[in-house]
Amino acid sequence: MELRFDPDRCIACDSYACLVKCQYLNYDFESAREERIKIAKGEYSRVLEECKTCYACEEYCPYDNHPFYRIVELQEQYGINLAPKPISKQLVKMYAAKEKDLAAIREVGSKALSLCLFPDLKDNVKSKLFEGLPVIMGRQVFCNLVYLHFANMSVIKERARQTIENIRKYGVDELVCFHDECYGFFNSYARAYGIDVPFKTVHLYEYLYNWLKENEDRIRKLNVKVAYQRNCSNRLSPETDRMLDKVFELIGVERAEREYDRENGICCGAVFQMWGEYELAEEVQKKNVEDMVKSGARFAVFNCPMCYVALAERTAKAGLMPILVSDLCRLAVGEMPKIPGRG
Amino acid sequence: MYEELKAIVGEENVSKEPEELYIYSSDPGTMPPVKPDYVVMPKTTEEVQKIVLLANKHKVPVVPMGGALSLSGLVRPLKGGIVVDMKRMDRIIEVNERARYAVIEAGVSEGKLKAYLDKRYPSLRISTPDAPPIASVTANALIHGSGRLSQIYGFHSEMVNGMEVVLPTGEVCRVGSCSVSPYWFSRSPLPDLAGLFIGWFGRTGIVTKLGIKLFPKHRYRDVMIFVTENPSYVSDVIWRVAHTEMAEDITVWAQPKPEWAEGFQHTTIYVTADSEEELEFKEKIIRNALMDYIKQKEGGFLYLTPGMKAMFLQEPMSQLVRFADVRKGGGFEYVGAILPVDLFDVAYQKGLEIVERLGVDWAFSIRIIGRSHCMMFAYAYPFNRADEEDVERARKALHETNKAVLEMGGIPWKAEVPAQQLILESMDEGARRLIKRVIEMLDPNGIMNPGNWEVE
Amino acid sequence: MMEKVNYAEIVHRCFRCGYCKFPSDYSEINCPSYAKYRFETYFSGGRMWLIRAWMNEELEWSEHLGEIMYSCSTCRNCVEHCVFKFNEQLVDVFIAARSDMVERGQVPKKVGEFFSNLAKFGNPWGYAARRLEWVGRDYANNEFLLHAGCVAAYDDRAKRSLKALLELLDAAGVDYGVFSDEICEGNEAMVMGEFGLFEQLMEQNRRRFEERGVKKVLTPDPHAFNAFKNYYGMDAVHHTQLLWNLVKSSELKVGRVEGRLTYHDPCFLGRWNGVYKEPRKLLSRIGSLYEMPRNRKNAFCCGGGSGNFYTDYLGGRDSPARMRVREAAETAEILVTSCPVCLMMLDNAVSDEGLELDVRDISEVVLEALKS
Ligand SMILES: Cc1cc2nc3c(=O)[nH]c(=O)nc-3n(C[C@H](O)[C@H](O)[C@H](O)COP(=O)(O)OP(=O)(O)OC[C@H]3O[C@@H](n4cnc5c(N)ncnc54)[C@H](O)[C@@H]3O)c2cc1C
Ligand code: SF4
Ligand code: SF4
Ligand code: SF4
Ligand code: SF4
Repeated sequence: MELRFDPDRCIACDSYACLVKCQYLNYDFESAREERIKIAKGEYSRVLEECKTCYACEEYCPYDNHPFYRIVELQEQYGINLAPKPISKQLVKMYAAKEKDLAAIREVGSKALSLCLFPDLKDNVKSKLFEGLPVIMGRQVFCNLVYLHFANMSVIKERARQTIENIRKYGVDELVCFHDECYGFFNSYARAYGIDVPFKTVHLYEYLYNWLKENEDRIRKLNVKVAYQRNCSNRLSPETDRMLDKVFELIGVERAEREYDRENGICCGAVFQMWGEYELAEEVQKKNVEDMVKSGARFAVFNCPMCYVALAERTAKAGLMPILVSDLCRLAVGEMPKIPGRG
Repeated sequence: MYEELKAIVGEENVSKEPEELYIYSSDPGTMPPVKPDYVVMPKTTEEVQKIVLLANKHKVPVVPMGGALSLSGLVRPLKGGIVVDMKRMDRIIEVNERARYAVIEAGVSEGKLKAYLDKRYPSLRISTPDAPPIASVTANALIHGSGRLSQIYGFHSEMVNGMEVVLPTGEVCRVGSCSVSPYWFSRSPLPDLAGLFIGWFGRTGIVTKLGIKLFPKHRYRDVMIFVTENPSYVSDVIWRVAHTEMAEDITVWAQPKPEWAEGFQHTTIYVTADSEEELEFKEKIIRNALMDYIKQKEGGFLYLTPGMKAMFLQEPMSQLVRFADVRKGGGFEYVGAILPVDLFDVAYQKGLEIVERLGVDWAFSIRIIGRSHCMMFAYAYPFNRADEEDVERARKALHETNKAVLEMGGIPWKAEVPAQQLILESMDEGARRLIKRVIEMLDPNGIMNPGNWEVE
Repeated sequence: MMEKVNYAEIVHRCFRCGYCKFPSDYSEINCPSYAKYRFETYFSGGRMWLIRAWMNEELEWSEHLGEIMYSCSTCRNCVEHCVFKFNEQLVDVFIAARSDMVERGQVPKKVGEFFSNLAKFGNPWGYAARRLEWVGRDYANNEFLLHAGCVAAYDDRAKRSLKALLELLDAAGVDYGVFSDEICEGNEAMVMGEFGLFEQLMEQNRRRFEERGVKKVLTPDPHAFNAFKNYYGMDAVHHTQLLWNLVKSSELKVGRVEGRLTYHDPCFLGRWNGVYKEPRKLLSRIGSLYEMPRNRKNAFCCGGGSGNFYTDYLGGRDSPARMRVREAAETAEILVTSCPVCLMMLDNAVSDEGLELDVRDISEVVLEALKS
């Protein structure tokens, strides 16, 4: 299983957009070029230690040359510990599929919704939006991309085929991915590593859009302005960000123009906390939420449940109403979603 | 005697039926059952007194019992006689808010006192142990229990301000400030008679009332879990955190299940505050105290979801009893070794050696007492009570652990009878003789929970 | 029909930790039989250990053991608060063990009486049949069969509440009828472990339902509600649910009643069947509802369930019913419930305690609100 990465592309690159646009590394063109060439050649580069694993360069690279996956591979190769070792190791163990997870696999019919590893959300998808869509979740369907934040590409590779095989065993032809990360895995990641995915995957935004479009008569436009937290894994499927705009339009939501959205989205900070980089976490959270407030939005909208956990309280204290994209859609069809994880 | 007991407590509060004798012959631990002759449930000090006088008359043993949750079989009537279930004496007599103490009857449960304070005195709290809530505050203090505030204030026995006791000969006496004053504010400045009743497993009298210290309860309480993969770091981690004086409570746990926990030590740090700023400040100081470990990538804080936090913040932590279901057989018992914190690594390695050799399931659960003055290192072993071999394996592991603890310089807490004997064997000869003399002096007829702290 | 659990696989897993004695906040003893007796034998954990000892022949059956087993009102507080994974099965274990005891003829005296009266007369007291003749509305293809249950059919106090319900149904134009010769639906026989008798009663009832075309049962008795819904597998409605629907849809136009109200959750409605909302919505609509400290999942049982309203193992000075009315009197002036058994137990307890507390069934309060 090898990364489809072409070193010559980087050596011949005209933009070095991957590093030049990076929100965390302030390199000028020249040093970006220098470092990127090292990376292309598989040499040690300071990028390996300075990268904050925000996934953004996957989107920035105009040539689809997978700069971020390449970085993670090298981080691992050079034995770089982004997080304290016990934390990384424990995480690897925590999400490995166990016997009992595999035993939970059942035929569910041709279509299903994957809730990834977020059991706290099971009440949030009890909704007419997801009616008739069986829910699958657990370690057996987990995409494992979280280890991209922990310089651990090999565990993702190791588990990739099994995860896909497990989902196949559910008998689905079409899998709706609640979490961007899963969608990113089945599409961006699988393509980058030449892994065959024997079923179709649908991004949550596309699913929501289709449902809402078909049920337009049931929508009561919300007429609110929201600040959107674009999460790291959405970088793996930038086209879905456009789909979100269409979803918002359908439900009467204005996506506030703000500094840290779209191409400039920033991390929720959860990963930095796991790494023990508390000051960095504090800094990004603070400026992100201040920016949300400044935008005049009423809601802080999340798709990633992890971002939600990391920022919900903080946004609420700043006077915004934290909510998931799907729950916002539920509001628009007259449902009262519950707070995730609190019933 | 049955008739006489009936006359004291009323017919409905005494039993000699096989069903009660069966249940009161054991606790949930591994010690073999011993049947009492009677079970009685007094309501007042006078009734307790009469029971003790009656026992003296007939030279029959009396064994006081609270929640029967020590797990070391301490409420089994080793020589038969009367088990006195104290739980009907469950009045909360007084709470002195300003002097921060409560006076309670001996059967008041941890759960009841906690609920009472939560409701009526929201700025006061007890140091809750993680024992199931029916455990009695009094027995817990008398056996040197520890709990959620022990890291700052020490053993629960140190929180005792005074008590009312029925002596083995039937006299009622008060110790502590309440022996002189209407207030139960402290044991000082008098000869400290409380020591005659603390740590004796009911061998020296039945406590009927207890004055217990209460402490400030703060509006915010949070938990942080620091994970390491090297047990030799842990005593330093604890030392650093305790040094900040920002942590209210520090515990450590290590166990092989769930799988992700195996091989790691989890130092669990509780922080309380009255404002968010204070909380953040304290947490930051604690994180900074451990920053060397974090920078060297040798330790880090576990990311806790709200669900996990809620579990760790619960008082008592109810999930702990579920350890008894590990072998699907309703049992576990632990050696609670009181040790200097410095011995963490030694104690940990020794424990691993024992469990590997004997092939038992296990969990280590450690509570820091005082500013790392010492720790209660619990070696817990689950067993299936329906499988006698399994029970025997656990029993053996417990016994070996007790021995190992004494060898490394620790002392088993709430020791089972065999372990009490091990302790006495290691004890200074003068102290042993003093124990014997105290018992003989207080209990000439040898009726109070005989069989415990028995010096030959 | 409920499946009989294999308790041999469960009883030894109880740790006897006592979480099951309490409500969520640990403030009071919440197992009614333990609250009264206070011996460790009388709570869920004690029973688990005793059943095991009896099963392993370490203990012989005795009248006393029988009384311990039957003083459990199957209130399910332990199910709610036991922290172990087998918590859901606790009461099933007690029921199954009772059933094995019954099969061996091991039943305490009063329980034996209860069973034989039920078998012979279709009610626990051995009273005359044709118990609902006085209603004068025999079922004839109506929307609902109104099933009163034994206590509402015979107990004077509970009967008054049934009359109030009938008045309300008439006022709202609900289409119902009764069997004037109604017999027990058998819920108590079931939970007391007399499975044979229960099946016989269920058979008889089912036959009548079939013959007379009954599709839907309406009942003010949560015990009956439980049996119809969960054992008969029928479409069953409890009167709190129906009344709330009628009030919500303004088919019953109600005013308000005076006085502080509090609500006692009947175990077979609340913890057994999860009906907590409807009675509260009703009461909040028509008056001022104040909660007792122990409510909903933490409600303290009146001590009447599992035949205890008859066997009286939970009677006396320290009876749960008397504790409960004391708690209610500290909260409110009117104690409302929605079960004939609770009503009878609590009403008696108020007289015994000499309290100034008014005990009413919810239909009586709604009726007052209708008239006000
Ligand atoms: C899951 C679990 C967690 C636990 N966690 C903790 C913990 O965090 N901290 C802790 O300290 N303990 C803990 N324990 C141990 C134990 O349950 C507690 O210490 C408990 O408080 C003991 O109280 P009890 O009422 O059950 O005592 P019992 O077992 O009833 O009695 C203990 C001893 O005190 C004597 N005694 C009882 N009442 C009197 C009296 N009135 N006068 C004189 N002597 C008397 C008895 O004879 C006996 O020797 C835990 C136990 C379990 C099962
Ligand atoms: S990864 Fe893409 S943007 Fe970066 S240097 Fe290579 S080709 Fe250019
Ligand atoms: S992943 Fe993010 S932080 Fe790392 S190099 Fe790419 S853009 Fe920069
Ligand atoms: S039934 Fe459950 S809560 Fe009760 S004693 Fe047994 S294990 Fe503990
Ligand atoms: S069902 Fe109720 S009465 Fe029976 S043991 Fe459980 S709590 Fe006690």
